[in-house]
Amino acid sequence: MNTAVPASKRRAYEAPAYWRWLGFLIVAAIALPLPFLLKNFFIFQLTLAMVYAIAILGLNLLTGFNGQFSLGHSAFFAIGAYTAAILMDQYDVAYYWTLPAAGIVCFVAGFLFGLPALRLEGVYLALATFALALAMPQILKLSPLEHWTGGVQGIVLIKPNAPFHLPLNPDQWLYFFVFAVAALLFFCAYNLVSSRTGRAIKAIRDNPIAARTMGVNLSLYKSLTFGVSALYTGIAGALGGIAVQFVAPDSFTFGLSIALFVGLVVGGVGSIGGALFGAWFVLFVPNIAEQVSKGLAGAVYGVILVFMIYLMPFGLAGLVRMAAMRLARAKR
Amino acid sequence: MELFLHQVLAGLATGGIYACMALAIVMIYQAIDGLNFAQGEMAMFSTFIAWQLIEWGVPFWGAFFLTLAISFAGGYMIERVIMRPLHNAPILSHVAMFIALFAILNSGAGFIWDYQVKNFPTPFGTKSVIGEGLLSAHDAGMIGATIVMLLFLFLFFRYTRIGLAMRAAAANPESARLVGIRVGQMLALGWGMAALIGAIAGMLIAPVVFLEPNMMSSILLYGFAGAVVGGLTSPAGAVIGGLMVGVIENLAGTFIPVIGRELKLSIALALIILVLTVKPSGLFGRTVVHRV
Repeated sequence: MNTAVPASKRRAYEAPAYWRWLGFLIVAAIALPLPFLLKNFFIFQLTLAMVYAIAILGLNLLTGFNGQFSLGHSAFFAIGAYTAAILMDQYDVAYYWTLPAAGIVCFVAGFLFGLPALRLEGVYLALATFALALAMPQILKLSPLEHWTGGVQGIVLIKPNAPFHLPLNPDQWLYFFVFAVAALLFFCAYNLVSSRTGRAIKAIRDNPIAARTMGVNLSLYKSLTFGVSALYTGIAGALGGIAVQFVAPDSFTFGLSIALFVGLVVGGVGSIGGALFGAWFVLFVPNIAEQVSKGLAGAVYGVILVFMIYLMPFGLAGLVRMAAMRLARAKR
Repeated sequence: MELFLHQVLAGLATGGIYACMALAIVMIYQAIDGLNFAQGEMAMFSTFIAWQLIEWGVPFWGAFFLTLAISFAGGYMIERVIMRPLHNAPILSHVAMFIALFAILNSGAGFIWDYQVKNFPTPFGTKSVIGEGLLSAHDAGMIGATIVMLLFLFLFFRYTRIGLAMRAAAANPESARLVGIRVGQMLALGWGMAALIGAIAGMLIAPVVFLEPNMMSSILLYGFAGAVVGGLTSPAGAVIGGLMVGVIENLAGTFIPVIGRELKLSIALALIILVLTVKPSGLFGRTVVHRV
């Protein structure tokens, strides 16, 4: 019941290993020259897309590989963003040091939230995290914390300049910085899911009872996965806060959780590269929809979600993988 | 003491609304084993329909019952058209579909009726009925309407043939099908009734929280809290849980400084997590045992 995708269908679309490297090289070849070709605003948007990609990857580790649901990842995104913002604003910490800090804080928060969540399966976990997402903006507005969080007003940040007198403007520098962080995190995620630990994580998704009889410590692995997932999302939150130069409670509502969830389903549940597609979708489709009418973004999300579930349950990544599979077969 | 009594009564009034939401949630949970995250948005959309009908000059009670009919049909159609093909799909598809419904209804309402906050009329008036300001007529009306509705539901499920068939379909679909009950129809009926109950809750609470597309999100959360406290498998428990959550929320809001006033939603969060970790079946639910 817990499985996101039926196990029998999952193995079918494996492409040769070097295709992944080829894919990465293609992405890098397209992504690296872009900041020199585009206007600053577009660079900023692409940076945000990578930030979302990291967050969606975090959610995917939890849902796609471990079979746990979360509608509360906007809360971890918020915790990461606020950790970075408070460190930079109050304690003058350099922006790159805020990332590990945000990651650790979110890992602990996720691990602790994951512990009670262990007893909750499927929809119950979705419910608990749904409550977390709704409560988070209120917690951030709490008046005893106002000294640090800035209350409703939030915190304004300064965009970092490029180091070593590199001939880059702040937007271009941030783009490359986020690209490097994202590449590292994607690499780690890929290694994690194909490791021994990753097999345990996936075994829990496919059949928890069989996994337990094989000696997998369910509670440990489940809460660890929750922690790692929160860590990814928290780092994304920190990067997002730095890129937008502003954090406020109302940027982290349930709407953000919906966006991440939509990105997950559209990109492809259980696919690492899918997070990239999902992020692009989440960032640019609402922009287009908002041009038609204010507030139409949600309806467009909803309709596309319905179509994805009916027609493309593997997401865009599944489509690409299927195409790659066909190609590989044709060559043989 | 006066303040305490006032808060308990006000808590019971809003608790009645939470009880309605909790009941709607439990009805769908029993039918499909899933939590309807769009329940609040369905209620909000129904309330907007009622508002529109009143704007067009339909008298309040006419609009009220017309809205109930439309909501019932809407809930019925949602099950038939959207949820039916996913009957055997994994949980992820269900959750995604509820999120999709949530997004469509929320932003659809904003698109059709815009995000301006609107007044919704109350049929009960605003005068106090007991003491000076102890219980307003609208609060009393909310409690009364909730009790009447619960009574109707009880009689329906206990004494009518179709109520019995619906209970059978929820409790044991396969056996129910074998004795000739159309399980699919019963599911759709359940959805229709859940939408109807939600519509009542939405129209009763709208004069208090005002009408806008996001009005139900916190009420849905309290409804979830009520359903979880009472037990997701027990309709009566959901009602008691909803009332309890209403009273707890109001008392905490008044008597616990800072936390109570500013963290009202977090009370719901804490309640949900507490109950799910300590006693996942809730106060009145039965423990569900799965066969391996």
